[in-house]
Amino acid sequence: MAVVIDGLIYASWLFLIAVGLTLIYGVMRILNMAHGSLYALGAYAAASLAGWWLSAGHAPLASYALLVAAAVAVGLVAGPLIERGVLRFSYGRDEIVLVLVTYALFLVLEDVIKLIWGVDPYFVSGPYGLLGSFEVGSLSYPVYNLLLVGAAALAGSALAWALRATRRGKMLLAVIHDREMAAALGIDVGRVYLVTFTMGAMLAALGGALTAPTVSVVPGMGVEVIVLAFAVVVIGGLGSPQGAALGALIVGLVRSAAVHFLPEVELFSIYLVMALVLLVRPRGLFSAPEARRI
Amino acid sequence: MSRFGRTEALLAISAAALLAFSPLLPKWALFLVTVALAKGLVVLGLLLLMRAGLVSFGQGLYYAAGAYAAGIAGQMLRISDAAAVVALAAVASCAVAAVVGGLLATYRGIFFAMLSLAFSMILYGLLVKTSALGSTDGFNVAIGTVAGVRLPGASARTGLFALTVGLVFLAALGAHRFLGSHLGRLAPAVRDNELRVEYLGASVRGVVYLNYLLAAGLSGIGGALAGLAVGHIDPEMAYWTTSGEFVFVAILSGSGSVAAPFAGAIAFEVLRSFAYEYSPNTWQLVVGLAMLLVILFLPSGLWSLFTRWRRAR
Repeated sequence: MAVVIDGLIYASWLFLIAVGLTLIYGVMRILNMAHGSLYALGAYAAASLAGWWLSAGHAPLASYALLVAAAVAVGLVAGPLIERGVLRFSYGRDEIVLVLVTYALFLVLEDVIKLIWGVDPYFVSGPYGLLGSFEVGSLSYPVYNLLLVGAAALAGSALAWALRATRRGKMLLAVIHDREMAAALGIDVGRVYLVTFTMGAMLAALGGALTAPTVSVVPGMGVEVIVLAFAVVVIGGLGSPQGAALGALIVGLVRSAAVHFLPEVELFSIYLVMALVLLVRPRGLFSAPEARRI
Repeated sequence: MSRFGRTEALLAISAAALLAFSPLLPKWALFLVTVALAKGLVVLGLLLLMRAGLVSFGQGLYYAAGAYAAGIAGQMLRISDAAAVVALAAVASCAVAAVVGGLLATYRGIFFAMLSLAFSMILYGLLVKTSALGSTDGFNVAIGTVAGVRLPGASARTGLFALTVGLVFLAALGAHRFLGSHLGRLAPAVRDNELRVEYLGASVRGVVYLNYLLAAGLSGIGGALAGLAVGHIDPEMAYWTTSGEFVFVAILSGSGSVAAPFAGAIAFEVLRSFAYEYSPNTWQLVVGLAMLLVILFLPSGLWSLFTRWRRAR
């Protein structure tokens, strides 16, 4: 039971980060290595904003709204800045070159974070303890974790709704499906790119912002997150939001099972699962067959 | 084809010059060049793969495997000769690659990159959890003899430098000959069109596998040399950021010549050392910006500056 609950909590967290990554890949064919830095940016922004709010003695419940507001702000600032400022100059190059561009961005952003916030850790544990805890059997869990699960479910269903039911969303799906055809039908692909990258950045920042109260926000916190999110989206199938959900669940459950039963393998159990999945289904669980080049 | 060409001459002159000037170099520069050349070997391996259109984000796997093989041979099996240890490291890396490469040889593009990254992270996870090998701290390695010659004190560093230069010379020469051979020329063909290579009667899988093994062997030697030069090895060598650094240097150098990876690696180490010296908190910013500029303005790497200049003359 504890395994399932821990797994679910961890999976929600992973989903928030991975879904943005897979969305960006699906639309733009960019495997965004800077995603972890956007996550860290979200965490720092949330920690400073909520920390300032709480220390000024305002109503503590509003700090939850501030966490989300910080994430939205980071997405709106960093997303367009990166997409318009850097990425658009390298569209049309090889996928691997684009990975390297985002790797360079990752290096730059890591230090930008240090320049803005310094190297000392930030703590903003207020929102974490505020809601108390609930008990399952003999174990107690902070209610905040439920909030995290709820946020992931909400983000996931909002995204699913937006993609299926709105005009913009359908245009986005069309670009995922066939970029050239979509462009030929009059969809402004450049605009779709900008919107997608901003949304992806916002989701990564949201993941970071909601994590901020549970950890100490330190430099380098985005480094490990990137490879975890990679594992999730690769398992699920690159570019597929449903895949990200399934991948997050699998990775979440595997990790919590590993932590409970065999702590020695915790670190690499995730990558082992990823390797196994790719061996069985070379392009991930949700993936479209690709035409062969002749 | 096998006559003594310009590249051979360039390599021989560079190696001789490095050896001749090594007594004049200050200690830090000697160390920097040794480590840079060792990393250059890894990058040379990456370039072999890139010619086949494959980018591995997991060469740290073999870099670390080589270093740990060298370390284990030195500390636990009591083999203290640097040359013997390096040879063992190459064998160990190739053995790992023989298994992993078989799994990876069917993947291309982003999936090849990510799966190789996964394998290097598996090794990282294993090393971190193995307390016999020092967990996250790693352990120290020492140089006993270099190719049978006992070198006391500081001259061990010079001995290792000479060994590194010698191995790099041989590796670059070998790679140059390989690239000119029939087998070597299949790699760009695989990148351009796999189906046609199969129609020509060659095995795409075989070509990929062979290049992967060679890359792993070079990385293993590089890892062992770097471990010996630093005198310490730790799991960080298998972490994905280390692999990312190698890919960066490969892009920085470009694939113009077998000498390019070594020039690129030295340029990178110098850039990083100075960036780290003058702004310890923003060196990644400097490196990242340099990388963006190279990707955007010099798509064929630093070596293209050299060839352009030679062509203009």
